[in-house]
Amino acid sequence: MLSLQNIEKIYRTDTIETLALQNINLEVAKGEFLSIMGPSGCGKSTLLNIMGLLDAPTGGAVSFENEALTGFSDKKLSQFRNQKIGFIFQSYHLINDLPVLDNVELPLLYRNVSGSERRRLAQEALEKVGLSNRMKHYPSQLSGGQKQRVAIARAIVGRPHLILADEPTGNLDSAMGNEIMEILEQLNRDDQTTIVMVTHDENMAKRTHRLVRLFDGSLVSSNSFYNA
Amino acid sequence: MLSNYLKITLAVMRRRKFFTFISLFGICMTLTILIVLTAFYEHMFGGKYPEVYRNRSLFSSMIEEIDTTTDATRRGPMSVYFIKQYISTLKTPEKVGFSSTPNTVNTYGNGKKLKLYFKYTDPVFWEILAFDFLEGQAITQQNFDRNEAVVVINDQTRDDYFGKDVSAVGKTIEINGQNLRVIGVVRGSPITRLMVSADVYMPYLLQKGDPTSTSFNGPFQAIVVAKSEQEVAAMQAEFDDVVRRIPLQQYGDFKPQVLKTSLLPYFESISMGGLLGAEEGKAQQRFFTIAILFALFFMSLPAINLVNINVSRILERSSEIGIRKSFGASAQTLVYQFVLENILITLIGGALALLISAGILWWFNNSHFIDYADLTINWTVVIITIVLSLVFGLMSGVLPAWRMSKLPIVEALRA
Ligand SMILES: Nc1ncnc2c1ncn2[C@@H]1O[C@H](COP(=O)(O)OP(=O)(O)OP(=O)(O)O)[C@@H](O)[C@H]1O
Ligand SMILES: [Mg+2]
Repeated sequence: MLSLQNIEKIYRTDTIETLALQNINLEVAKGEFLSIMGPSGCGKSTLLNIMGLLDAPTGGAVSFENEALTGFSDKKLSQFRNQKIGFIFQSYHLINDLPVLDNVELPLLYRNVSGSERRRLAQEALEKVGLSNRMKHYPSQLSGGQKQRVAIARAIVGRPHLILADEPTGNLDSAMGNEIMEILEQLNRDDQTTIVMVTHDENMAKRTHRLVRLFDGSLVSSNSFYNA
Repeated sequence: MLSNYLKITLAVMRRRKFFTFISLFGICMTLTILIVLTAFYEHMFGGKYPEVYRNRSLFSSMIEEIDTTTDATRRGPMSVYFIKQYISTLKTPEKVGFSSTPNTVNTYGNGKKLKLYFKYTDPVFWEILAFDFLEGQAITQQNFDRNEAVVVINDQTRDDYFGKDVSAVGKTIEINGQNLRVIGVVRGSPITRLMVSADVYMPYLLQKGDPTSTSFNGPFQAIVVAKSEQEVAAMQAEFDDVVRRIPLQQYGDFKPQVLKTSLLPYFESISMGGLLGAEEGKAQQRFFTIAILFALFFMSLPAINLVNINVSRILERSSEIGIRKSFGASAQTLVYQFVLENILITLIGGALALLISAGILWWFNNSHFIDYADLTINWTVVIITIVLSLVFGLMSGVLPAWRMSKLPIVEALRA
């Protein structure tokens, strides 16, 4: 469903040039649960951002569901992100000024969905992550695990085809991390949602279908696990 | 969508109490001051009760007689003789009425000492002005023909002299030792309507003095009404022409060679005009220029403030922008959101200003600082200032929002 061809990303500042990604070729199949590992600074986040159209590669091509996405307008890209992709960030990235329910509704806000329907879908998503009793809370009133579950609810509320998770359990203890992982596994299993997850945790990676390793901006290996 | 934006606006306003206060205060203060000042301006100079014809009225200026050899000058209002001789005879005006400059008299009524402003008027005065008669009627030509000792009073005087809401028509009131029969009671007007306001109005024939005097000087001012606003200038020109041909009078040693007088719009006719160039008839224009410059200067402070606050407000919300973009907000949608927020804040400020100014005007109108004060909110000014605030708000909100919305998402999120 997602295909990266010869992706290259160079960060240029006045003084230095950082080659963050080079020669990345990767296919993600529909319904796949893929994990990405690698040392800090090797380009995992950069890769995920390019997959999610949050960042543009300096070279190569991204295509999504057989549609090449090069040269899309801001409006078209926004639409694409809105309809097809759900993000989960390591640092949650919730809007602190809005209560949980409004945070979860966010993706639907940019679609033609009525207020009551938004509410219903957001409540449903919050139920899925076990947070229906925290709808009126503000992010500052939640624990890290709860925040990440809100972020997951926000990522799934619009039923995206692809979920991109950048170290979703990175800031959580193992019990909480395990719970989050279970939610992702369930999403992948029950709804056939394609998931790409960056992780530092070998055990988490083993629970996915396939693991790719990044080193210094290049893909170095790819393992498939058939235990999933 | 709108309710979500509303929520975020209110949340931001709540969270940033100090900035909210400053920006609301800026908008609110400026608007309030402008509204109150224009209310006072209109109260003084607008065509309000009972001067509904002010737009096509001119008012006689003082007569100025100058002896150029000694530089001696004599200045004062005019006599009935002068008005009848040189103003009532003009061809352009539709109506010429006159009244005396206000004078005070003490009288006793209802067991109290009352200080009353009184004016002598002619019958046309009552045709020109749209007084509300609470009872009775105006002084008419008939009253003059019969040389009747009649009087029109305002409701305040009626209440003070005869008792609250007691009918006064047919009763007598004693003024200057004369017993005058009340023939009408009008709703009073504030004393700031200098040409028309008084507590008591009497036929000018009751004035003491020699009725056959041909002196130019007296206590009277003429109100000259043109048939239409377009004819005001012609009326003024006709009188200027007449003035040039008036034979000069001599007063003992004082032998003037020049006589100046003219018909002026209200603004120029009252003292303020002299400062700003009444002679050329440009005083009001000049006043407006100064007032508008002042208002712009005055508004520029909160405007700069607003721009500043807006920019920092938006800059500090880059992470929100990043999040919204990640989940599908386009740059355009984001700008739309910030524009809405700005409009909302401006409108809240405007609404507050309206409430506060309405309060101030109400308080003033009821404070009896000026009896019959009828300050009102000028909606044109309100709308213009709100639109200006919106423009500033948009300029200061849209540009940074637009730039922020163009920021790469990854960078916005990192901030
Ligand atoms: N905006 C940027 N400007 C310059 N260099 C950047 C920028 N963003 C990332 N980089 C560089 O690109 C490389 C990859 O960064 P990236 O964030 O993708 O690493 P990562 O694998 O996600 O690391 P971590 O595990 O610590 O999150 C790093 O060397 C980083 O310094
Ligand atoms: Mg990273």
